Amino acid sequence: MAEDDDDLILSDLPDEELVPQMHDDLYDGLKDEVVEGVEILLERGWTPYRVLTEALVAGMTIVGNDFRDGILFVPEVLLAANAMKAGMGILKPLLVETGAPKLGKMVIGTVKGDIHDIGKNLVSMMMEGAGFEVVDLGINTDVDEYLGALEKERPDILGMSALLTTTMPYMKVVIDTLTEKGLRDDYIVLVGGAPLNEEFGRAIGADAYCRDAAVAVETAKAFVARKHNQAAAG
Amino acid sequence: MTAPDDRMLTETGLTPAGRGRVLVIGCGALAHEILALKRANGWHHLDLACLPAIWHNHPERIAPGIREAVTRHRAAYDKILVAYADCGTGGDLARTCAELGVEMIEGPHCYAFFDGLDAFAARAGDEITAFYLTDFLARQFDAFVWRPLGLDRHPELTETYFGNYDRLVFLAQTDDPALDARARDCARRLGLAYERRATGYGDLARFLQERA
Repeated sequence: MAEDDDDLILSDLPDEELVPQMHDDLYDGLKDEVVEGVEILLERGWTPYRVLTEALVAGMTIVGNDFRDGILFVPEVLLAANAMKAGMGILKPLLVETGAPKLGKMVIGTVKGDIHDIGKNLVSMMMEGAGFEVVDLGINTDVDEYLGALEKERPDILGMSALLTTTMPYMKVVIDTLTEKGLRDDYIVLVGGAPLNEEFGRAIGADAYCRDAAVAVETAKAFVARKHNQAAAG
Repeated sequence: MTAPDDRMLTETGLTPAGRGRVLVIGCGALAHEILALKRANGWHHLDLACLPAIWHNHPERIAPGIREAVTRHRAAYDKILVAYADCGTGGDLARTCAELGVEMIEGPHCYAFFDGLDAFAARAGDEITAFYLTDFLARQFDAFVWRPLGLDRHPELTETYFGNYDRLVFLAQTDDPALDARARDCARRLGLAYERRATGYGDLARFLQERA
């Protein structure tokens, strides 16, 4: 960043300048500055939901777009995500208190045999930012853990993630088990991970393959809206 | 021939030299090992071509690269062998090799065939938190791991990338104390426990022995 920015006093900025500055700070992965911006907006009477959507999610959307377009790479996205996570850490308890629109609920986990969670964590964070309640089962999740969580949480969406070609076939084990138990149609099943593609998603019987966190959010919104429309029509 | 340079193997690969009857087209990360086996066994009929080792980080390039290389060299050799395992291609390489009528190494990746496919599979459940290096990857750790993950610029991301791992297992093809020390240092940089496992050339030797 330019040297001028070192001297920037965030609290001196009016809202219409502070929010774009927070987008820049998020883009640059400046965790402390993002946290400070969140606190300033809250002090100025912004609702937690507005801070989340206009300052954090909007900023992270710019990051996601530039990642998709090959302008940003994984390390920069992770730094931005860590900054957003820090900001969300302040907002989350407040969102519970003040309420925010709930679009739906997702249970998500990295499949059995796989410990890679960077993509899954990004999806979880962006889904939360978009208004979904997310129950994150973590890594190395076996079919019983998925089924147990589905039964307990009754989500709209099941998300599965894998980074390895050796572990991604396990997604089919989970989907086949849901089918055997007659539960498959109760859930929207979204899958993602670097080695996957649309063809794989179709082949294992998922509803959709999501190539990144932004696509996951848009896909989830579209499927949940369709589900609700069907329910209303039914 | 003189030993090929690691940087060349990483970035551009290796053009075959010689007039052998059998061509092995392999990953640049296996060049030293294949040439060592060739020397040890007197396989003068065997030539080696390598694709860039850095495709380890871009597995989508491997199957098209093999198709191009096999097509280009086919007329000059009686037989072509592919010294790759699946290597993250998700079955694409196996399908390409089947279509081209050439054999490749079984298994998921070089860690598995160096360790021995059966032994690796038997350990798989206990080692999902292990990060593997081979001789080549220990020498080229910065080019394959540290820089591509941005850890040279942002070492604070180490925990984000490796927080779920607990150990680095160095699958050692050769007995080289300097390389052992280097691999141990890689583990330290990643904040992982260190284990050295002497594998020799594992199933790579058997693959070439039986087919070359």
